Amino acid sequence: MDLQARNNVRLAGVEDGPTIMLAHGFGCDQHLWRLVEDRLASSFRLILFDHVGCGASDPSAWDPKRYETLQGYADDILGIVRELDVCDVVFVGHSVAAMMGVLAVSTDPSRFARLVLLTPSPCYLDSGDYRGGFSRTDIDELLDSLERNYLGWSRSMAPVIMGTPDRPELSDELTDSFCRTDPACARVFARTTFLSDNRADLARVSLPTLVIECAHDTLAPRAVGAYVQQRIDGSELVTLDAVGHCPQLSAPDITAQAIAAFAATT
Amino acid sequence: MTPEPVLSESAEDLYENAPCGYIVARPDRGIIDVNATLLTWLGHQRNTLIDKPFTDLLAVGSRIHYETHFAPLLQLHGELTGITVDLVTAEGTRLPVFLSANIKSDIDGRPMLLRIVIHGAGERHSYERELLDERQRVERERARVQVFARTLQRSLLPPLLSPPEGLDASAHYHPASADDVGGDFYDLFPLTHDKWAFFIGDVSGKGAGAAAVTSLTRYTLRAAAVFDANPEAVLQNLHAVLSQEFRDTVNQFATVIFGILTPHDGEFDIELASAGHLPPLVLGADGGARYVDTIGGRPVGIPMEPKFVAARIRLGPGDTLVLYTDGLTEARIGDGAERYDYDGALLEFAAAQAPTSASGVVAAIRSLLDGFGSGVEDDVAVLALGVPVKMQPVPPRSPE
Repeated sequence: MDLQARNNVRLAGVEDGPTIMLAHGFGCDQHLWRLVEDRLASSFRLILFDHVGCGASDPSAWDPKRYETLQGYADDILGIVRELDVCDVVFVGHSVAAMMGVLAVSTDPSRFARLVLLTPSPCYLDSGDYRGGFSRTDIDELLDSLERNYLGWSRSMAPVIMGTPDRPELSDELTDSFCRTDPACARVFARTTFLSDNRADLARVSLPTLVIECAHDTLAPRAVGAYVQQRIDGSELVTLDAVGHCPQLSAPDITAQAIAAFAATT
Repeated sequence: MTPEPVLSESAEDLYENAPCGYIVARPDRGIIDVNATLLTWLGHQRNTLIDKPFTDLLAVGSRIHYETHFAPLLQLHGELTGITVDLVTAEGTRLPVFLSANIKSDIDGRPMLLRIVIHGAGERHSYERELLDERQRVERERARVQVFARTLQRSLLPPLLSPPEGLDASAHYHPASADDVGGDFYDLFPLTHDKWAFFIGDVSGKGAGAAAVTSLTRYTLRAAAVFDANPEAVLQNLHAVLSQEFRDTVNQFATVIFGILTPHDGEFDIELASAGHLPPLVLGADGGARYVDTIGGRPVGIPMEPKFVAARIRLGPGDTLVLYTDGLTEARIGDGAERYDYDGALLEFAAAQAPTSASGVVAAIRSLLDGFGSGVEDDVAVLALGVPVKMQPVPPRSPE
């Protein structure tokens, strides 16, 4: 299978720069990196892609069995770097893609140089002393919310996508796929994201790792950021003065700076 | 007396007592103001909400959905329209609402304010719930029908082909629809120790009725071939059976090619007869392609005497015989009414493939069909029989 078509792989930036792979999390697609991409493109070679089931990935590649574990997504990431035959990749995973990165570099560290975990959470559910922040009931409520936005989703979002007069940097090329996912895929991805527990996998990471968290993020609270940093030997933690779970959009400058500073370190 | 101008008062009244909730927030989500309508709905005091993130008003599931989908949308597009979320009231109950929002930006495009409008979802919510339940029921049914159609279709095709030694066989079935069963069929099986039979055909119509006739046709052909392996006699038998089957219907028929294979010194003699089916192609070892002349027959099952056209060919090393159904030749290409084989495209395609192998030509036809996409409006069956070159060193054949 053509993995580049399967995952809608897109290369950007400068050819001779260090390679950064940007992986989006649950919810949207590679457009989420849009503002960060603009800020990194002059110094790095960028690999962007959509997870299968999201954005403009190949719908025929969807397999509910394969994607009910994060390893399925991690294997796709490994497939892409092998097909592109790139080495020394700095992998940047946002949200749940941070854990895909943890799994990918543990499975085959040979392709990767560094790991950046942006607003990661190894486990969203509370468990014993660990406070992921959510209960099983909360996740069921999310699944219900996904369902309820199912009907109007495709139609009500369409006009929104047409024009962005206040944000001239976003031209028409923003496809209408942004943040719109086949509900059947979204349901599986949501369960995989919020019911996985990858706390034990953190110790398998042997690469230099940067954890970036937001000061105010209800999905990945600061205690979780600290937990991830403690469980990965030698990792660093940066706290961005940002609100929400997607600092790539709410605070693109400081997010890009943090990634660039770490990725440029040798 | 002229009434006092009440514009400023009415603007405030419009805001405070509008038939919708209204929130103004900073880009960091801190609430600047909430109108009276929303305060009433939520049972909150205004001062308890000021400066709190408005996302705190969302139920947890809605908040996750907001953070992962709606916040990025709002940030990238500056606008959000009619999403469904639950708010939590002061008493802790859920309030289903529709939420729309836009961003006020400064001259440099930096967000200054979030304006959020909230409509009670109330009855429309339960109406949408019903629609959603119905839609999910339909999708479940559709999935069930697809499994049923796929299973039935598979039951009409041979699980594997049984070619004689020294002959490669390959086949492909391309269903035009996942929801329906087509009437195309094929088979290849041994008859005696030195004779093999094959057939391909197409029963008119689609669905369960066509599937039942297809099944009857396959068993009739297999049984008839055992009694008398003469291809025309086999087709005559099929005609007798289908004429009875179709006696109360109109416009039901089947086109079929039936053939007998006899190995002969590393080559294969093929006797075949066609009942109105599309002519087979021979892709020669010499790189040429030609039709086997079986044109002029009439389908079986029609309320008149059928007419069969017989032909004899010999397949040598490197030769491949290709049988197919009209879903291939009738595939729509382009936007208009044009069909794939209106101008001899299939013969050109075959010549471009030759010389080839049974699996090679079937793979080529598969990618041809993939390229047609939704232009393939009818099912396609392809059966290819080829004599591999590498079986034995063969002296050059003399021209026929």
